[in-house]
Amino acid sequence: MSLASNRVDVPVIVDESKCLEKCTACIEVCPLDVLAKNPETGKAYMKYDECWFCLPCEKECPTGAVTVQIPFLLR
Amino acid sequence: MNIVKRSVDFLVVGGGTAGCMAAIKAKHKNPDAHVLVLEKANIRRSGAIAMGMDGVNTAVIPGNSTPEQYVKEITIANDGILDQKCVLKTGELGFSVIQELEEWGVKFQKDNEGEYDLKQVHRVGKYVLPMPEGKDLKKILSRQVKRNKVEVINRVMATRVIVQDGRAVGVTGLDVRSGDFHVIQAKAILLCTGACGRLGLPASGYLYGTYENPTNAGDGYSMAYHAGAKLSNIECFQINPLIKDYNGPACAYVASPFGAYTANAEGNRFINCDYWSGQMMLEMWKELNSGSGPVHLKMYHLDEATISEIETILFANERPSRERFHAGRSENYRTHGVEMSISEIGLCSGHSASGVQVDENMETSIQGLYAAGDMANVPHNYMIGAFVSGRVAAEHAMNAIKEFDHLEPDQAFLDAEMKRIEAPLSNPDGIPHTQVEYKLRRYVNDYMQPPKSPSNMEIGLEKFVAYDSVLSQMGARDPHELMRCMEIHFIRDCAEMAARASLFRRESRWGLYHYRLDYPNRNDEEWLCNTIIEKSENSTMEVSKQPLQPYIIDVNLAEEKYDVAVVA
Repeated sequence: MSLASNRVDVPVIVDESKCLEKCTACIEVCPLDVLAKNPETGKAYMKYDECWFCLPCEKECPTGAVTVQIPFLLR
Repeated sequence: MNIVKRSVDFLVVGGGTAGCMAAIKAKHKNPDAHVLVLEKANIRRSGAIAMGMDGVNTAVIPGNSTPEQYVKEITIANDGILDQKCVLKTGELGFSVIQELEEWGVKFQKDNEGEYDLKQVHRVGKYVLPMPEGKDLKKILSRQVKRNKVEVINRVMATRVIVQDGRAVGVTGLDVRSGDFHVIQAKAILLCTGACGRLGLPASGYLYGTYENPTNAGDGYSMAYHAGAKLSNIECFQINPLIKDYNGPACAYVASPFGAYTANAEGNRFINCDYWSGQMMLEMWKELNSGSGPVHLKMYHLDEATISEIETILFANERPSRERFHAGRSENYRTHGVEMSISEIGLCSGHSASGVQVDENMETSIQGLYAAGDMANVPHNYMIGAFVSGRVAAEHAMNAIKEFDHLEPDQAFLDAEMKRIEAPLSNPDGIPHTQVEYKLRRYVNDYMQPPKSPSNMEIGLEKFVAYDSVLSQMGARDPHELMRCMEIHFIRDCAEMAARASLFRRESRWGLYHYRLDYPNRNDEEWLCNTIIEKSENSTMEVSKQPLQPYIIDVNLAEEKYDVAVVA
């Protein structure tokens, strides 16, 4: 089977200048487990577009690096 | 796949509202017991109350109402179909749950005299108790879980209940990060995995833009079914009046005691009771289809101080992202009504009455297997009911397990389950779960969304049954994708149950939840009974009638109809 990769506007935005490499707070609290660390930069990013826009990732980030947008389809 | 084996005394599957309470209560009962909570997310922020709750819907507070009055209210609201003994538990034990939560630091609204500030949203009694500071509920609960030395395993999703000699003896699970296969033996198991919130497809088309926490994919409904347990009244769907597109609560329970109300395009009331019943949803459906829509929650007639107070509650609790949703559209409660629509369908006993059948101890029809919270069929049980049912299940189970030892699971069963889970990983270029799920849930919308038509549902049923062959073409590239694939198996099972149960009950009941176009009237003579779904000996899905448990509190169903429409 052939697969295409599509561009998607994702709801969770991480400000890499504020994200702490040793911190995993947002990743640990996400109910859907959609956040991960970029192995190259050590910064968090939204790996899977499966978001409930519930906000724990944003609320528990110690540096305010995480912003949750309403997913485009609902916005 | 690595295999991880362990055994515990009491296993709680799902660390949400019911699960956290159950684990805590099991340890209160026997501090030496090994109690384990298995959670597919992280209990700090999981389940329906991940971001707290803005109020309690079923508070039976002495001096305001009695457990008997509450049972009567729910009997009428659910059109007579319930096991009153289960609902009575919520009425009897709810107050002590509230008191205990207060000891743990949860705040409920009190009036100037220090009395609970109850509001009327139900048709007759006052059962709604606001919690304007309810945002940290889940953090408080998880702290109690830790304090009571409950073991917690996060990020492992249960996939099947292991049954030996007619008794539940453990579960299998998938570590959604490492991909490890878990086998956990237990003397008793409580399933409390929440609603089937990912059944219908939201109108936005976004798979996870659901009312329920989308982690709740009907896991427990499916696992209980495969374990051989009875499920009841699955045709009584969950359908909610929600903010259009956002698909979250508006929320009338918070706003209506302040004077807000649901109105049509002309700003007029068309329902006199905002309590979420099937009848209320039917009135809403009629209004939307009458040319008088759209429907909105109206607050703009209220004064500034009142609107600010409503905002403070709604923008901090349960679904706080409401605030940025409205802001993104430049809408405001002062100037705009909140446009509402009818949600896609789900299964949830916390709101309606479809779930795994339990007795008054929350035990299912399989010995050693309990169910609580949104997935256990105790009608209209909401959050307090989830706490109560978790507690009741745990206390009963801790007594019952004294007589039991662990039973070794059948190796052939474990091998087959491991093979089932592994399949998508061995097919990494198979169809992605997102497409497989989208199509399945679109079929649910196309064929199952009420009003229900039999020929449509027959097509739906055929598609859900045939979908097994699509599931076998799914591909996963990592354990996370594998979790989603296995969830689609749960969703498919729930869709088939929804279709079979809806076709079976040949009458209309519960307003819009089970409005059959070919049988538009309620027929108590033939259908004042449960619809039971269970797995037959040759693994087919069987549907049958079951008489109701006798009422313990007298209700005259003929005289007391749950009529919520504004009389013209």
